[in-house]
Amino acid sequence: MKGVLTRREMLKRTAAAGAATAVPQRALTQALSPDGASEPFENLSASQSRILEAIVSRLIPSDENGPGALEAGAARYIDRALADVLAELLSVYAAGLDAVDAHAQSTAGQPFPELDPGDQDAVLADLERNLADGFTPDAASFFDMVLQHTIEGTFSDPYYGGNRDFIGWELLGYPGLRLGVGADDQAMDANPEITRLSAYDLPMFDSPDGDGESP
Amino acid sequence: MTVTLPGRDVAVVGLGGVGGVGVLPLAEAGMDVVALEAGTWLSPRDFAPDELRNNYRGWPHAAQKANREIPGHRPNASAPDSPRGNVHPMMNGVGGTTLHYWAQSWRLNPWDFRVVSETTRRYGAGRIPAGSTVEDWPFGLEELEPHYDRVEREIGVSGQAGNVNGMIDERGNIFEGARARAYPMPPLRGTEFTDLMAGAAHRLGWHPFPGPAAINSETYDDRAPCLYHGFCSRGGCHVDAKNSTAVSTIPKATRTGNLRIVTQAHVTGIAVDSDGRASAVEYLKDGETYVQPARVILLASYTYENVRLLLLSTSDAFPNGLSNNGGQVGRHYMTHNQRAGVLALFPHELNRWYGLPAQGIAIDDWADDNFDHADLDFIGGGNLWVYSDQRPIEAASMNTFGRAPRWGSQWKAFVMQNAGRWANSYLQKTTLPYEDNYLDLHPTVTDPLGMPVCRITADYRDNDRQLANYIQERTEEWFREAGAIATVRQPIGSMVVSTHAYGGTRMGDDPETNVVDRYGFSHEVPNLGVLGASVMGTSGARNPTLTAQALAWRTAEHLVANWSSIGG
Repeated sequence: MKGVLTRREMLKRTAAAGAATAVPQRALTQALSPDGASEPFENLSASQSRILEAIVSRLIPSDENGPGALEAGAARYIDRALADVLAELLSVYAAGLDAVDAHAQSTAGQPFPELDPGDQDAVLADLERNLADGFTPDAASFFDMVLQHTIEGTFSDPYYGGNRDFIGWELLGYPGLRLGVGADDQAMDANPEITRLSAYDLPMFDSPDGDGESP
Repeated sequence: MTVTLPGRDVAVVGLGGVGGVGVLPLAEAGMDVVALEAGTWLSPRDFAPDELRNNYRGWPHAAQKANREIPGHRPNASAPDSPRGNVHPMMNGVGGTTLHYWAQSWRLNPWDFRVVSETTRRYGAGRIPAGSTVEDWPFGLEELEPHYDRVEREIGVSGQAGNVNGMIDERGNIFEGARARAYPMPPLRGTEFTDLMAGAAHRLGWHPFPGPAAINSETYDDRAPCLYHGFCSRGGCHVDAKNSTAVSTIPKATRTGNLRIVTQAHVTGIAVDSDGRASAVEYLKDGETYVQPARVILLASYTYENVRLLLLSTSDAFPNGLSNNGGQVGRHYMTHNQRAGVLALFPHELNRWYGLPAQGIAIDDWADDNFDHADLDFIGGGNLWVYSDQRPIEAASMNTFGRAPRWGSQWKAFVMQNAGRWANSYLQKTTLPYEDNYLDLHPTVTDPLGMPVCRITADYRDNDRQLANYIQERTEEWFREAGAIATVRQPIGSMVVSTHAYGGTRMGDDPETNVVDRYGFSHEVPNLGVLGASVMGTSGARNPTLTAQALAWRTAEHLVANWSSIGG
């Protein structure tokens, strides 16, 4: 691994770069990450961040089967992507998260993050069935988009800030990246040794942030 | 400022799957060839096993010309446009989409060349669907066989032959046309899951076989064998075991000293001289405009771009686009009816976490005219394909077979149990050309240069839908025999931008209904050749790349043999 940033270093650098380029008027939030460390979201407001964290923790909950999307960092993954490849969706997210809160207020009388899990699920089910207003283009599309990004943030390579501690890959029973796979590893009852690494922990690959020109 | 470059013998527009093959016979014959490629060189360092980047964010991150000119689509001439995606399924780069394709490398079957005459002979002319513009190819499989053979060896294809000079071998595809010899490499390794599916097919009386792939099952031309670790569906191979043209034919052509490669060349048009002959390719690079004169021009981009570039290249001689005085450019467009798949849930682990989409088992019993259509309401068929390849995001996005909601604790429990227990299928089906399915220039959507993008006007017809139903039934039957406890049919979708896009510059002897002749040269512009699936008049029921490459080789070889008449 000589000469290659570790995943943790990479995440730190990415976070620092994001913070440095954030526009000054955007309020940095102080949402608590699950491990208690105070890490501000970089693109969504404080209230939007709390709503998003509450949503992802209902889409893939932490329950008797283990940790879920919040613990995997899916909300942070989405926030980071909104300054990058999903930048054109930042306003859709911001308005949509506010609309989730508004729908929670009008149907259950409280902001979304304050609701009981069951009431949160009812609000999300309204969105899924397109029974809520204030979304672009509509509630169901917003729900599908957040679900898709929550899945990405839970199950993608941890390089992108989600799938923290490989929570997503553990959930699936995915044995992990390896660069050579033998016939035995492909047996239906195979039990290959579990590997837990990012593609970019491997020294032979360049990070995906380049311009595509080889060095 | 326009820079006019020294003239070359041949200018090739696009150095991907077909241009990368076509340059080799030309360079080996000593011609002075320049290839203009919109993308860049990529290296093994770019080919990380990263599902998010490859499959969801549009690999690679390089600014892709293709992504700025994604075709529009509407199902018919009076319908509004369908939503446009923001990632083109094809890519720019030296090697083009052969860098990230599945590398399934099929020959067409004999029927695909003779759809009209064979259907008429067996069932009567009335069985050709109304409105279809399908024609027989100007030649049969036997004429293309030597070119298939050559390309299989030049790029490297693994597989199990089923018919060598008429000798049928049941380990391979018994329905394939005669080949002169076996594949240059044995087939890729099977898995316990693909063995399970092969066994089920045998019990049904079908003829399963491992499919052909431009992937090394053993060391080939000093390139490594496949490591079976996956992530090469829309990803490149970091050990060069996938035989993209970037690692096979292009380096061979470069070694002759006769091929110049210009990367990041954004071609904007083809110029003609006062005689109406193609005279030069115009392109932009680094903010400069270049004119590259050449005695022969070979258009070798993807189907949409081949058509678009011809339609954009207007002149006094060709006011409606180059080679389009007959109005045939953009006509006879087809995709491949690639959707309408079947998903299956099993009561035990399948372990498809590793492998690659080309590591699979094929069934051709229900393809083409390999079964009796007398009492059916369609012609053509489908190739059934199951394979070992599954990635984490894809697994987490699995269908829940009506047994769990899409999210929440119940979903999570379902996925924890079943993420490794489901399989999909890839069902490629005959698609025919129709009068009302065509490509043209979009009237309002442009690329950043202000040039109109391509527009697809196309929809599936009764034949496509009835065929899809039938093929899905057969696939469900197959999965059930293998022990699946649930199956789900996926919708046929619409004919939006496809990785298997055919037609638009169709090949045929009749200039009234075809753009290029039997050798791939324009009926109207004799020194303009077209490479790619845009010349194919039928889709077959299998991936197009090897056929497009065999045709590219044939066109290039014809040019070499007839240089004085074509390039003179």
